[in-house]
Amino acid sequence: MTDRPLKVLIAKPGLDGHDRGAKVLARGLRDEGFEVVYTGLRQTPEMIVTAALQEDVDVVGLSILSGAHMTLVPRVCTQLRERGLDDVLVTVGGIIPDDDVEPLRAAGVASVFGPGTTIREVADFIRANATPRAE
Amino acid sequence: MTQDPAERATALADAARAGDRRSLARLLTAVENHTAVAEHALRRLYPLAGAAHLVGITGPPGAGKSTLVAALIAELRKAGRSVAVVAVDPSSPITGGALLGDRVRMQSYASDDGVFIRSMAARGHAGGLASTSAAAAAVFDASGFDVVLLETVGTGQSEVEVAAAADTTVVLEAPEMGDEVQAIKAGLLEVADIVVVNKGDRPGAQRTAAQLRAMLMPPATREVDDPSRPLPKRPEVLVTTAATGDGVPELLAALDRHRAHGVDGATRAARRNRAGSQVRAVLIERLWDRLAAPGMAGATDEAIDAVAGHELDPYAAADRLLAALGTADEERR
Repeated sequence: MTDRPLKVLIAKPGLDGHDRGAKVLARGLRDEGFEVVYTGLRQTPEMIVTAALQEDVDVVGLSILSGAHMTLVPRVCTQLRERGLDDVLVTVGGIIPDDDVEPLRAAGVASVFGPGTTIREVADFIRANATPRAE
Repeated sequence: MTQDPAERATALADAARAGDRRSLARLLTAVENHTAVAEHALRRLYPLAGAAHLVGITGPPGAGKSTLVAALIAELRKAGRSVAVVAVDPSSPITGGALLGDRVRMQSYASDDGVFIRSMAARGHAGGLASTSAAAAAVFDASGFDVVLLETVGTGQSEVEVAAAADTTVVLEAPEMGDEVQAIKAGLLEVADIVVVNKGDRPGAQRTAAQLRAMLMPPATREVDDPSRPLPKRPEVLVTTAATGDGVPELLAALDRHRAHGVDGATRAARRNRAGSQVRAVLIERLWDRLAAPGMAGATDEAIDAVAGHELDPYAAADRLLAALGTADEERR
């Protein structure tokens, strides 16, 4: 049996058009040895969860700069659970006010990465916390 | 997973066939990872596959493969046919990581159970596909998808492996990508059943198609009766604009024609080729597993070291190891 690299979905829910950060992270995680699925802009929670299910990813990384995280992120978490993907690690990156971090954690987010986070920090967090698929 | 691999495989395979998408996704992961579950599942599923139309989509980076796949999905769904996609992107030779970006162009089907898209990293496999892409296609096939689209990595001139994995191979070209000499070089264009000039709204698309048609026509008189000489394919050349969907209905019609006409000839030959390469791949894997097993691993390492030190050539090393396997078999008897 060969170990597969961890598989990460990088998605941008909602309507903001700023995907530079998501692309830089996707590229950076590629360089850290992950298999990164990048789905592009303007994703609905349903699109993200379908992609996570079909790709059988270990991690879902959500990038949000629009301020709509309190609406969109819990929806993604709920739908992941509803479709049996409760073992997927969910992380959020972007502009998230400190006060929102705890509620997001309560909704099922493992970690919130703000501005200034290095790619190495994200990669180390994923390696330490994701449960790789074993089939 | 503490469950017995055979039981787990049966559960996953049966659930996938019954339409459970999560089990299907899990099964594909097992296949990608060459696990015991995958082998059991493939043994169960292989006899149930064979009904789907396996279509390979290949061509240079940026020609529009993913966009064309998205347009084909739309067209197939209009006709009520279910479709699975295996989209392969390259793995980094340095870190093993990969950026799988083909889904960006295939967004609109999140709530449609008749569409299943799976990205795969090539994981060091050369040739345009991952080593497990054909097995993944078989899983989709056995799970009841009408059409399986195999999208290769962006290819150069000679990544022709997709032709062995697919019933019908579509080679994409972009307008003005080369002169007529490019069209008569050996390689990728030779394995095309259908050639598509995409980005048909760009200047030069029709001219490129005309050049390809002229150059890909086989010579008028050849010893066609001499069965020992392989005949070149005579691909149809079509023009599409995948981003708008122009020409895509015509492409689907051409795919169906190829499939209908090819059942006896081309498709059967393609399927036999595919069976051959699948058996060969498993044979090599099995052989290698036996050489790495306790009792043989020492001799294998020794032979490899000897080749590395130029004391032995690779051919002699292989012969020696095969002979040693034979002796081991004798002793077991």
